[in-house]
Amino acid sequence: MVNVGGSRMTHVGDVVAERVFLINRELLKSYANASGDQNPIHQDEAFAKSVGLPDVIAHGMLTMALVAKFVTDWAGGSGAVKEFSARFVKPVIVPAGKEVDLKVSALISEVSDGRVRLDITATSAGVKVLGMSKALVEKK
Amino acid sequence: MLNPDSVGRTFTGAEFVSVTQSQIEEFARVVGETDFSVAPPTFSIRITLTQSQELLSNPDVGLDWTRLVHGDQKFAIHRPIVAGDQLKCSSTIENYKVVAGNEIVTVRSDLHSASELVVSTWSTLVVRA
Repeated sequence: MVNVGGSRMTHVGDVVAERVFLINRELLKSYANASGDQNPIHQDEAFAKSVGLPDVIAHGMLTMALVAKFVTDWAGGSGAVKEFSARFVKPVIVPAGKEVDLKVSALISEVSDGRVRLDITATSAGVKVLGMSKALVEKK
Repeated sequence: MLNPDSVGRTFTGAEFVSVTQSQIEEFARVVGETDFSVAPPTFSIRITLTQSQELLSNPDVGLDWTRLVHGDQKFAIHRPIVAGDQLKCSSTIENYKVVAGNEIVTVRSDLHSASELVVSTWSTLVVRA
């Protein structure tokens, strides 16, 4: 069989190896500034607890931004992503002075016309934080 | 509560939003990206979050932004955003339902450069009871 196009070496059922990102309060502050999302639940512990959260939580969109980095590093750059989606099922909890993990991996669910669909898994402290996370990429 | 007449309405921003190289670099650096030639895939949230909030804060809409939780997010990226882009945001309330007293609102935001659709985003927002 001759494989044509950019999907060479990529097959349905292949796993994109797990990668671990570390998240701390400093990263939340940097993301707040870069994204413009200054919601205090991502920075102010007293405020977060006052609205019933266990502690400061990461922006769901920071989790997605890190997952996107995982995807684009694999696919060959920031421009590779055509579609990207996720449901925020549980928060990433970020206590003061700690680094918490975000473990990301993916399974290739579809390959066609040089485009690859990924089913993504993301957990923090052993808890699944994203549900139904999928990306469609043009792999280089 | 959301005004049911708002569902299906589209609100378009009056102003263009200019994308600068330093905004792209700041966003990229947070996730450890070192290629600053195009914006990372989720960069558009920086524009759509504030723009849609502004557009949908119209008192006619009745959306309470102070009690919102982000439920899910989707991007369809037709081309990467680059520095120098002048983008116009239009936001539509695509879907609205009330489940166990929580309002669930799906907002679609399209970013256009002139007539070119660059990115579409869908955000599901939950207003807690």
